[in-house]
Amino acid sequence: MASPEVLRLGTGAGFSADRLDPAVELAAKGELDVIVFECIGERTLAFGHRDRMADPMAGYNPLLERRLRAVLPLCVRHGTRLITNMGVANPRGAAEKAAAVARELGLRGLRIAALEGDDVSALLGDDTPLPESEVTIGEGGRRMVGANAYLGADAILPALEAGADVVITGRVADPSLFLAPLRYAFGWAEDDWPALGAGTLVGHLMECAAQITGGYFADPGYKDVPGLARVGFPIAEVGADGRAVITKLADAGGLVSERTVKEQLLYEVHDPARYVTPDVVADFSRVEIREESKDRVRVSGAGGRPRPEQLKVTVAFDGGLLAEAAVSYAGPGAAARAELAGQIVKERMVGVHGCNAPLRIDLIGVSSLHAAARAYPSNAQDVRMRAALRASSREQAELLLWEVEALLCCGPAGGGGYRGQITPSVITQSAYLDRDLVRPQIEIIET
Amino acid sequence: MTRRVMLREIAHARAGDKGNRSNVAVYVYEQRHYLTLKAQLTPARLRAEFPRLLEGKVQRFELEQLGAFNFVMDQALEGGVNESLNLDSHGKSWSFLLLGLEIEIED
Repeated sequence: MASPEVLRLGTGAGFSADRLDPAVELAAKGELDVIVFECIGERTLAFGHRDRMADPMAGYNPLLERRLRAVLPLCVRHGTRLITNMGVANPRGAAEKAAAVARELGLRGLRIAALEGDDVSALLGDDTPLPESEVTIGEGGRRMVGANAYLGADAILPALEAGADVVITGRVADPSLFLAPLRYAFGWAEDDWPALGAGTLVGHLMECAAQITGGYFADPGYKDVPGLARVGFPIAEVGADGRAVITKLADAGGLVSERTVKEQLLYEVHDPARYVTPDVVADFSRVEIREESKDRVRVSGAGGRPRPEQLKVTVAFDGGLLAEAAVSYAGPGAAARAELAGQIVKERMVGVHGCNAPLRIDLIGVSSLHAAARAYPSNAQDVRMRAALRASSREQAELLLWEVEALLCCGPAGGGGYRGQITPSVITQSAYLDRDLVRPQIEIIET
Repeated sequence: MTRRVMLREIAHARAGDKGNRSNVAVYVYEQRHYLTLKAQLTPARLRAEFPRLLEGKVQRFELEQLGAFNFVMDQALEGGVNESLNLDSHGKSWSFLLLGLEIEIED
C-alpha cells in the first residue's frame, strides 16, 4: 500500500456470530485493500478466557477456521489484507490455526501476525478500583475471569509495517481495527488528531457491518429495506483527508442511505463531541452526511482532540448462572392462565423452596420487554409465561426449570411447549490503566 | 390546528447500550419537526413517562444539522446486560419505547 488516493475498506463481520456469505461476497467482488472482521463483545471475551482455561489451544472465535477457509484464498487473489480481533482471548493460538489453514489451502509465503499484550490480568489486583460500582476488585468479592485493555491502532501498525497479510488481535478498540490500515496507508501521525478523528468515524460507522447497510433498521411501512435476507456488508472508500463514502456491492441486498448512516453514527455513542478511543477523542458533533447517489453516502466533518492518557480495561467476573424457563397458553383466557402460572412459580420458589434470588415473570405477548415502562392494551390469546432468575448454584437454577416444567400437570389448564435453559453468566466492569504499563507485542508466523 | 401523532410518524430511532446505560438516538424524517421535538421530547418528559425504568440521569445531546437528538439514560437497563432479567437485557427495543410516545404537531 504505497500512498493510494483512496483506500477501500470492507467489513467481513460486525459481531462474533455474524453471517459468512456477505463477507465472502465482499472478498470476492469488493476490490478491497483491507477486510476487517470485528468479532469481540465484552461477553465473548470473557467466554474466550473461560474456554482457554479449559483448553490452552482454545479461546479464539469458534468461527475463525470457517471464515478463513472461505475468504483467505480470495484475499490472496485480490491482494486484500485481513485484520481481525478473532483472536479473542488467544491471539497466538488463533494465528497458529490461521497458518495451519493457509498451509492446507496451499497458500505459501503468507505472513500472519498475532498481536498480544491486551491481557492485563497480571497488572490488576484486589486494590484495583472499579469506578462504575465504586468498589475495588477485592471488595467486589467475585472471581475474576479475565482482564483486557483496549489497545489502539498504534498496536496494530507494526504488524502492517512488517508486511503482515493477516493480523489477528485480541481486545482492540473496534474503530482502531479500521484506523490502523488508514494510518498505515496515508502516513497519518499518531498526533494528527483531526485525521485520527476522521478515521475513527469511518471505523465507528463500519464496525457493526450490516447495521449501516440496512440491518437493525427495517420497520415495514416506515423504513423498508430491499432484499434484507441478503443484506450486504459495507465498503468505505476513504481519502487521504479522512473523508469517506460508505457504499455496498450493487447486487447485494440492503441499502446505504442518509438514514442508515445517521442511525449508525450515534449507535452506542454518548456525548457525540467526545467519542473516546485509545487513539483519539473523536468529535462527531459536526459530522455531515450526504447521499451522493443510490447507495453511496458521503461522510465528513469529524474532528479530534488528544487521546486519553489511560487505557480502558474490561474486567470480567464469574456471574453465576442465568436460569430461564417458559410455558405457553393459547385461546380464551390464555392471559389469565399464564398469569396464574407465574404466580404459582413465585409462590413455590419462595414458599416451598425458600429461594430469595430475584425472580422475574414475563407474560410474553402481553407484557415483557417493556414491562417496567409501559402497559400496552392487550387482548392476546397466545401468551407465554417466562420465569427467569440469576442462580447462586446449579441446584437452584435446575429447581426453577423443574418448577416450570411441573406446571404441565400441576398448573393451569392447557399449558404446553415447556422449554428451559441454564446459561453461564459473566459480569463485566471497567477499570483504567496508564498506557505505559500496557505492552503490545507482535509475533509473525510465515506459512 | 394541532394534532397528536405517535413519534414513529415523524421520526426514526436506534438504541444502543454500554453497561447499565442506554442511548437512544432519535432522528426527524423532516427538519420542520426538529423544533417541535426539541420542545416536547425533553429529558424531563422521558423521566416522567417511564419513572420505573429510568432510575438515573437522562441527558439529551442535539445535532441539529442531522435532525438528531441523542438521549443518554443512566441506570436505564434494569441493572444492565450483566444483571437484568429482562429478555432484552441490552434494551435494543428502547427505541420503540420512545417511538410510541405522543407528540403534538402543527398541521
